[in-house]
Amino acid sequence: MKNLVEVKNIKKNYGKNEAVKGISFNIEEDEILGLLGPNGSGKTTTIGMLLGLLKPTSGEILINGQKLEGNRIEILEQINFISPYIELPKKLTVKQNLTVYGKLYKINNINERIEFLSEKLRLGGLLNSITGELSSGQKNRVSLAKALINEPKVLLLDEPTASLDPEVGDFVRSFLEDYKKEKKISILLASHNMNEVTRLCKSILMMKDGIIIDKGNPEELISKHGRKNLEEVFLKLSRSKNELN
Amino acid sequence: MYGLFLRHFYLITRSFPRILDLVYWPTIQITLWGFISNFFATHTTYYNNAVGVILTCAILYDFLFRTSIGFNMLFLEEIWSRNFTNLFIAPMKIGEILTSLVATALIRALIGLIPAVLLTSPLFGISILDLGIFLFFLFLSLYLFGITLGILVSAGLLRYGPSFENIAWSTMFLLAPFGCIYYPIEILPEMFQKIAYLLPLVYIFEEARNILINQTVDIQNIYNAFMWNGVYFVLSIALFYYSFHVAKKKGTLINMGE
Repeated sequence: MKNLVEVKNIKKNYGKNEAVKGISFNIEEDEILGLLGPNGSGKTTTIGMLLGLLKPTSGEILINGQKLEGNRIEILEQINFISPYIELPKKLTVKQNLTVYGKLYKINNINERIEFLSEKLRLGGLLNSITGELSSGQKNRVSLAKALINEPKVLLLDEPTASLDPEVGDFVRSFLEDYKKEKKISILLASHNMNEVTRLCKSILMMKDGIIIDKGNPEELISKHGRKNLEEVFLKLSRSKNELN
Repeated sequence: MYGLFLRHFYLITRSFPRILDLVYWPTIQITLWGFISNFFATHTTYYNNAVGVILTCAILYDFLFRTSIGFNMLFLEEIWSRNFTNLFIAPMKIGEILTSLVATALIRALIGLIPAVLLTSPLFGISILDLGIFLFFLFLSLYLFGITLGILVSAGLLRYGPSFENIAWSTMFLLAPFGCIYYPIEILPEMFQKIAYLLPLVYIFEEARNILINQTVDIQNIYNAFMWNGVYFVLSIALFYYSFHVAKKKGTLINMGE
């Protein structure tokens, strides 16, 4: 399988504070990679660097074989991002928001694309609704539609199901599984929901204090650390010293 | 009670733009109105034969104000709606972002300007169109300076985050005393005059008054205004690119909180 994301020894310092201390990983085509770690472990900084919002202090990022440095615009056309901490303009209707982002991503057949996504994400009845008046679950699906408007090859997900009820959360997870399988995209999933990570991810990176302290598939990690589930592995690694690198 | 006081005290002391904001508002208000009062006290006959000069200058200043604030508003809207990150991960060059903001700011300013221009004639019997063809150059010059200020403030927002917002609202007031909007430059102390001559505003408003009061045109004023506009416009673009570069290093783009 081809690596769509290649991260080579990236570091990020904010003054004397080392937020990310030289991490490397790849994400293959048709793979969901889980990025786990306690708050402040460097996950958001890593995602920021992958999105080109943060410049690594050193190291290199390649997306679909192209270096991010120097090819930011071409790469941004191929990736997208969803996070509960960013929103779409609240006063616009759902369709207006999707149209705006369709234009920003230079999508030719915007209406067809919106129709396709609204059908897949159950947005049909919401297209003319004001985005700010939607429920959390509805807003989440609209954000997901925005994140898929450009048919990204790489999708970065930061807590994609945070604050969703179990039914909507399950819908989103099932959608992501099917979409990944159908389009063969790469997904980086940062989440604190261990059941979600166990279900979706083929492999996992555990980060702490800016380094990767362990990696593997969920079953391997559970068995390696002699725990019952991924949550227990997470707790063990979060509370341990960084000795597993 | 003390807790709430502390909440705001900590916020102010951790933000240089907020401290600056507290200090310069009263200073600027006192300075601006001091010069205006001083002028009217010593030159009571200056405007006798040119009814509407003040109103014309007020409309011109408002156009500048709307252009600059309009540009800032577009940028701030993205921060307030938490859409900032979405915008900066879209495949748009910085030049494209700036161009779209510049064009939108123009439309916003014109929407505000046209009713004001139309209202002055029936209400006060004054038409800003008395400035003739040169009105276009004056507006163009003001528009350029307005978006230049908008770009400078947006560069500050990129670099310092939302705490720079207060500066966004008050840049126009900061410059107003030096702009000689309602009084000629001679009313300023010599040191302030030197600063004023480095801004395009003084040439624009001096020329508006010159056309309306003396019925003559001094092309040199219009040329000087465009020359200084060019200088500041190029500087503002360079500063915006630099701020974007710094924001990527410091992480401001992914951390647009208070």
